[in-house]
Amino acid sequence: MLKPKHFFLLPALLTLAAIILFPLIFTVRVSFSSWDVYQAGLDFIGGRNYARLLEDTRFWESLLRLSGMSFITVTLQYVLGFALALAVWKNMVGGRVFRVLFLVPMMTTPVVMSVIWRTVFHESLGPANDLLSMVGIGPVPWLSTATGAFISVVIVEVWQWTPFMFLLLLAGLVSLPREPFLAAAIDGASPVRTFWQVTFPLMAPISIGAIIIRLIEASKIMDTVYVMTSGGPGTATETPSYYIYIRGLRDFQVGYSASLSLAYLVLMIITLTIIAKLLMRFLVGKDD
Amino acid sequence: MKTTLTGSISALAIVAAGIIQPTIASAEDYTKFGIDADLPGTCNYAAIDAKDYSGETLYVITHAIPVIGEPTALHAEQFAELTGAEVNVVHVPFGDLFQRIMIPFQSGQNAYDVLFYASLWIGDFNRFLAPVPETYATSSGMSDVTDSFKGVATWNGQMIQYPMDGDRHYLKYRTDVFENPEMQAKFKDATGRDLTVPATWEEYNEVASVFSGFDWDGDGEPNFGSAEVAKRDDLMFSAFISRAAPYAKHPDVGGGFFFDIETMEPLINTPGFVRGLELFVEAQQAFPPGGTSFGLGDEIFSFGGGQTLMSYSWDDAFIQAQQEDSRIRNAVGAAPLPGAREVWNRETGQWDSFEEPNRAPYMTWGWSSAVSKGSKNQEMAFDFLCFFSNETNTFHDLQIGRFGVNPYRDSHFDSAFWQGLGWDADVADSYVTTLSEMEDSKNRVYDLRVPGVGQFMSSMANGVAEALAGQKTAQEALDGVAKEWSDIVDRIGADRLKEAYANVVRLEDNEG
Repeated sequence: MLKPKHFFLLPALLTLAAIILFPLIFTVRVSFSSWDVYQAGLDFIGGRNYARLLEDTRFWESLLRLSGMSFITVTLQYVLGFALALAVWKNMVGGRVFRVLFLVPMMTTPVVMSVIWRTVFHESLGPANDLLSMVGIGPVPWLSTATGAFISVVIVEVWQWTPFMFLLLLAGLVSLPREPFLAAAIDGASPVRTFWQVTFPLMAPISIGAIIIRLIEASKIMDTVYVMTSGGPGTATETPSYYIYIRGLRDFQVGYSASLSLAYLVLMIITLTIIAKLLMRFLVGKDD
Repeated sequence: MKTTLTGSISALAIVAAGIIQPTIASAEDYTKFGIDADLPGTCNYAAIDAKDYSGETLYVITHAIPVIGEPTALHAEQFAELTGAEVNVVHVPFGDLFQRIMIPFQSGQNAYDVLFYASLWIGDFNRFLAPVPETYATSSGMSDVTDSFKGVATWNGQMIQYPMDGDRHYLKYRTDVFENPEMQAKFKDATGRDLTVPATWEEYNEVASVFSGFDWDGDGEPNFGSAEVAKRDDLMFSAFISRAAPYAKHPDVGGGFFFDIETMEPLINTPGFVRGLELFVEAQQAFPPGGTSFGLGDEIFSFGGGQTLMSYSWDDAFIQAQQEDSRIRNAVGAAPLPGAREVWNRETGQWDSFEEPNRAPYMTWGWSSAVSKGSKNQEMAFDFLCFFSNETNTFHDLQIGRFGVNPYRDSHFDSAFWQGLGWDADVADSYVTTLSEMEDSKNRVYDLRVPGVGQFMSSMANGVAEALAGQKTAQEALDGVAKEWSDIVDRIGADRLKEAYANVVRLEDNEG
């Protein structure tokens, strides 16, 4: 039964509805329309956009590509981030300086850094090939071959977001209890064994959180691809976000891009939930 | 911005005075606006100075600075000072420009009075644009606009875009290399024929291939044969059209280049287009390192900076090469796009041979402007556009490469003007002749100016990119594009597209 006190919830609920629910529901509605460059408005075409989506090989290929890219980038970010966090955690000389230094890439604007990296990888004028030529390597086709472009995007992503992983893992390391480490030291455990038997298991919940957060972010990769490769050569670096951008804002197929966005959202929720469950099972040993 | 007109200004004044109607004489001194003199014209500084728009506001959307955005800002400021109006200019990057204009149109908002945009979007925007009133359509500046660019501004017989730029693709090459006896001998040794400016795309690829990978200009750096816009989403579709046009545009076959106007069947996967794409793929071997991901900016820098022997696209690379500080200034030439000796005849389903290569000049999209039909200030808006493109401002803007304003009036095809900027006579002549001869061609190709052009071009660019990247053969890639085009036709509606496409076919078939 509604009481006057419940009305105090109203502002918050209305804000929530306006910010989260309305755009989502509107997107669902748009996805069932043929809204495009010529037909503006919310007509109803049933599931035609979704049927088209099922046959859209370019979308499914971009999803597969993204899976590979996310797996590689997040794995590298985790390994490097963990290594850096361990190094700084152990009172390394100049640790404070390095803590700040390691965070710099994360604080830069992705689109600006992508422009700079594109210049670095410029095959005629960029410093990457200049430096490699000094040791007799190259020129490396960084952006003009499928493999080169894929690796270039991975490098930029790893460079930019490893600091994020470093930050989360360092926070986790700092908050670990000291007793298990003291016990391991008393038992004479080597550093490697201490890491695998104590540090890594204790860090598992934090690691899972960090990996999932990065996977969510990695799944939305757009600016790096947009600036560096425009999804090319061919479709070698085209990701779902970039493909949806092309369909929605370049081609102005508003209805179809809404259906792509929703399908992508649902797939991401399912996939990330499964990944989180699996990680919990294998790293922590339980499902929740 | 203070820019000094060169010694050719007198010649210009004479040229301009000869083609325009007598108008308000300039009693005031307008040199404070950065001009040497206020040339006569319907919307010259004196005429606009006589208008009073105090208390009124004009909203303008344009491209980011500098290309078109910078002259828009400059002339908006001048217009505001002359008329007392407030002019708000919004600058938008190219990738966002279409949607920033289209969304207010679709939602019925009157966000902008004046719009600067790519002329090929006329198929999408025409419903929302105000026709150019008779007063402006017969103004001195407008009467000097070439017929082809008037045609580009016209939709269903009515002028709805205000011409302020002229664009086309043409060939640019290094004359110092083509005229160098040592290089001529080297080419003859390699191919058994004389080195000539390429007349076909096969010759283009051959020349580019021979002059790739060695230092032919003696600067210690390797040079390459060809710089082309090959990056998928960076206007590469225009490069492909240039290459495919002479193989697919038969001079004796009308009724559509991209589609058969009768059936709206896509022609994009017919043998002429496939041949064009095969040659595009082959040409990659003569690109500089990274050339397969070159956007327009890279192409301009590569040719304009002296790295490559040849290039083709808009004026920018040529203008870059001719800048005062360019190390290849006056070592470049302009020529028509290469042609084809074998042209696909879709009526007979056979290749026809041509002794003289078939040329199909590509009157590619450029910048255009228009006034929104929903504007409450249409008179002021047209006054602004008329002022923007008045004789004085146009000649001023033509001289500044980064402004992106290229010749579009008969008076712009005057070699003396360009020589006045320090260009050698032969360079200026080749430039002016190449551009003006395109105006006379009867086998021109225009952009696909229909609703959803973005979808069609995006699909085509993706197919071409797949072929360039080796993911598909030329035929497979274009078959995929044709399938997507058929789907787009079904979605937008064949009748609607056919009606719009008729405007393009009329231009291509020289039916006015």
